[in-house]
Amino acid sequence: MENSRRSFLKLAGISALGLGTKPVLNAFASSGEKHGPEIFPNQEALTAKRWAMVIDTRKFESEEDLEPIIAACHKIHNVPKLKEKRHKIDWLWTDDFKHVFTYQEHEFVNDRVKHLPFLVLCNHCEKPACVRACPTKATFQRDDGIVLMDFHRCIGCRFCMAACPYGSRSFNFRDPRPFISEEDKNFPTRMKGVVEKCNFCAERLAVGKMPACVEASNGAIVVGDLHDPESEIRELLKNNYTIRRKPSLGAGPAIYYIV
Amino acid sequence: MNDKNIIITGLIIFFVFLTFPFWYNMGKASPVPEPKLTDKAKAAKECVEPKEYMKVEHMQILDIWRDGVVREANRVYINEKGKKFNMSLSTGDDSCTGCHSNKADFCDKCHDYTSVTPYCWDCHIEPPKEKK
Repeated sequence: MENSRRSFLKLAGISALGLGTKPVLNAFASSGEKHGPEIFPNQEALTAKRWAMVIDTRKFESEEDLEPIIAACHKIHNVPKLKEKRHKIDWLWTDDFKHVFTYQEHEFVNDRVKHLPFLVLCNHCEKPACVRACPTKATFQRDDGIVLMDFHRCIGCRFCMAACPYGSRSFNFRDPRPFISEEDKNFPTRMKGVVEKCNFCAERLAVGKMPACVEASNGAIVVGDLHDPESEIRELLKNNYTIRRKPSLGAGPAIYYIV
Repeated sequence: MNDKNIIITGLIIFFVFLTFPFWYNMGKASPVPEPKLTDKAKAAKECVEPKEYMKVEHMQILDIWRDGVVREANRVYINEKGKKFNMSLSTGDDSCTGCHSNKADFCDKCHDYTSVTPYCWDCHIEPPKEKK
């Protein structure tokens, strides 16, 4: 067949028609289909545009005030108690001012702050370094700002631990099961070779409950929506001077401390 | 060319040796296990989806549920009949193991038979043993 402009245009026209029918056919095919199963969030779930936490350290005096809060967190999440320091697993723990607020520390910092233990946990950063470091997307950031882990996917490479500037992550060097004194049936344990950290009680928010540390803190810890100007947390931030950990790194931590 | 007999005998011995597992185990195949249902599961009549579907696709459902719950915080599953379910393997009485609380007689039976070892229970806590 000889190629002519005429035959080429004919062929092109037929092809364009053929391409055009596909979406039409698709629309017909799907219109009569039955509805498959659907998946929804729980109706009672607490939601926010951007979750954040304020810790009012003025309400704490010593380690004893913080112990029940840590215990509440570690109990419901089956966090093992390992004696050896290098094996330790922590979701919520305490440290000194000079270690928590590295850049704010100075020689003449006042006595109360100098000796007060500070609660530390995952900062659920706005720009989390751990998420970028994770090669399997086991660590990810939800739309509401919570930095979560999918323990199923963690391969234990510990890149996230190297990336996190706050040391918020722990690695299971050993099988954690024997070191959990009382297993909580409503939360899985972890296995050897998996990293873990605070999950902002995502499993509790999803069923309409406040995080465990908030409930155990008698009002010293408040979580809420940063994007809601009417929220309690915004009120607290407006009326009190707050500091965050290592803000100059630009990670944008979501845990605020009233000192 | 004069070793015909030896070669054939050798071949027969080799063939018998090769097929040894087959005729040794002949007729001894263990019957296909039938998972036992708990009273609670029996009373519910139907699982999240029809039985045949669950038999073949339960791992797919668990996979979808896992991603839905962990990543999207979606915890309610509505099946084609419009019935609602709590999407959870081991949390509470309305989870998978809340109904199928007999792991040894339900999960393990087929998993052992088909020689699969899912790692669910490395982390998820097994339902308490034999509570009927």
